[in-house]
Amino acid sequence: MTAVIRPVKTSAETALVEQFTAAKAALPGNATLREQAFGAIVEGLPHRRVEEWKYTDLRALMKDAKPLAVAPEKAEIDAAKKAVPFAALKVPAILFVNGTLAEQGKLPAGIEALALTKAYATDHALLKRFGESGVPSDNAAVALNTAFVSDGILLTVKKGASVETPLHLAFVQHGAGHAAYARVLVVVEEGASVTLIESHTGKGAHQTNSYVEVLAADKTDVTLVKLQNEDLASQHLATLAIKLGAEAKLTTVNVSRGATLARQQIHLYFEGDTTNASLNGISLSGGKRHLDTTLFVDHASYGCESREQFKQVLDGQSRSVFQGKILVRQNAQKTDGRMMMRALMLSDDSEADLKPELEIYADDVQCAHGATCAALEEEYMFYLMARGIPRAEAEAMLVEGFVGEVFDSIENETLKEELLAVTNEWLRTRD
Amino acid sequence: MLSIKNLHARIEDNGQEILKGLDLEVPAGQVHAIMGPNGSGKSTLSYVLAGKEDYEVTEGSVTLDGQDLLELEADERAAKGVFLAFQYPLEIPGVGTMTFLKATLNAQRRAREEGEVSTPEFMKLVKKTADELGISMEMLKRSLNVGFSGGEKKRNEILQMALLQPKLAILDETDSGLDIDALKIVSEGVNKLRAPDRSFVVITHYQRLLNYIKPDVVHVMSKGRIVRSGGPELALELEKNGYAEYGEAA
Repeated sequence: MTAVIRPVKTSAETALVEQFTAAKAALPGNATLREQAFGAIVEGLPHRRVEEWKYTDLRALMKDAKPLAVAPEKAEIDAAKKAVPFAALKVPAILFVNGTLAEQGKLPAGIEALALTKAYATDHALLKRFGESGVPSDNAAVALNTAFVSDGILLTVKKGASVETPLHLAFVQHGAGHAAYARVLVVVEEGASVTLIESHTGKGAHQTNSYVEVLAADKTDVTLVKLQNEDLASQHLATLAIKLGAEAKLTTVNVSRGATLARQQIHLYFEGDTTNASLNGISLSGGKRHLDTTLFVDHASYGCESREQFKQVLDGQSRSVFQGKILVRQNAQKTDGRMMMRALMLSDDSEADLKPELEIYADDVQCAHGATCAALEEEYMFYLMARGIPRAEAEAMLVEGFVGEVFDSIENETLKEELLAVTNEWLRTRD
Repeated sequence: MLSIKNLHARIEDNGQEILKGLDLEVPAGQVHAIMGPNGSGKSTLSYVLAGKEDYEVTEGSVTLDGQDLLELEADERAAKGVFLAFQYPLEIPGVGTMTFLKATLNAQRRAREEGEVSTPEFMKLVKKTADELGISMEMLKRSLNVGFSGGEKKRNEILQMALLQPKLAILDETDSGLDIDALKIVSEGVNKLRAPDRSFVVITHYQRLLNYIKPDVVHVMSKGRIVRSGGPELALELEKNGYAEYGEAA
């Protein structure tokens, strides 16, 4: 007989079990699915001995599990609206407050929306499409979301629709001490094009878990831009899962600026042939913050191209993790994948962990990856300063230059400027 | 204007002394050429004047119109009117040339408590100066020096000098890597800036540049010191005889 040694549960783990036990009867939708999902974490949260979580030891880092948020009052919703970013864009926003769908606004033509609560009530067919991207259901962040989520939205971009106006999904946290779960499904039908902006903002120590799944059919053109700018005392776990059809185009830009502990997971599955994807991101960390971006790209089809470009700027004693894996399956001939990750370290005490991985089973592919870690170039600094630019301004210019390249993949100039403004704001505080 | 007395400087990392008691006086309005063999310390002198941190001054003084330069950071020296045209201008990806030019001009104006230049005023100024130097506005839309040819980079240095209107301009081998046409354009750019209240220190290996930028005084530098000074004819003599008599190979 072998005895399985189980460490004592952490207070977060204990609280999660208690919460699930207390809440499950009242949670809508498929109870079995929730039970199954919770099964993945009932024994505990992933820790550093689990390779995928080696650099982000969730068990050690997640000190507590905050209680589930209650639906916000109207006054809270009104107050939360002030924290919605990107006002300059003047685009419609779907507002979530503490994980609850608070306002839907007027949607651009070509997009249909269904509240997740309504989908649960009618057991809508779209619900079955969650997970089609192949994102592992037992991943801790995904499993927690599946187990606890009660609100969200299901969007359909109709066949052939060319939606010019970006659609903004604004997730605002209002108040402190709660955990908010939200879930979004975006079905992009054949030949449609759309730009989705996702923002996470708000003040107070809270915990958020968001799950966004995008299922884009053939010949679609999808742009996804996300800003994570939550309170510096918060915890943000997020999953972006994508499935792409044939001859499609995808651009994603992820900006990770807020939260004490944040993990952005991106799962991309190339289902169709000859599709192009460009995945980009930056993280800005200071203080003792911990930001993680974990990427998995599954090339399962012929002739697809993926470009991954991720940059980190670190200050203080912060830690920034980027792990990116590209899998090229045997039938994915003529795959062209290039992943570049670069860390710019502004302090001596920060830590950047970069882990590029390639796993290739096809024999006619082009794949490359690179990783760099560096301080600011002294030579660059001298050149700028020799022209009269003071040290702080010179540093800011170089950091902006480093980061700016990532924003170049955004076509909307206003949005680009807004994101540069976030970078500038970080450069002033370096927190 | 510029007064250097008994300047000693060493490389901070390894302590190697490069400048070993250098004296140089450059009066206002004059152009002084510094020639010398490789390794004589010419580029080090330009870096020490501009305030590069890799060097440590162990002895001596450098003043510009009585202002002690050595106590100032590189950006403060620039604001006091020191300009270094780099031998190898750096390519800085992600930093737009126009953004950079405007930042330099405004930083210096702020440091001197002058108002910032307005965007239309700035554009006009850049366009006019760039035209004279044969620099297209298209080029200036790129990242700083990225994708510029060697000659374009050097012209971009002169463009910056013309915009910033320094008191003291140090040209570090501005002629290197230039073909004859580019050399003429660059020299004309420099000559246009000659003024009674502006001095130039022109560092060069070859006499050729001095056909276009006529120096008032030519100095020979060797082993970290000025070992000989004379008129423009000294450059011709060096061209003919080489630097052999100064103890180092050319």
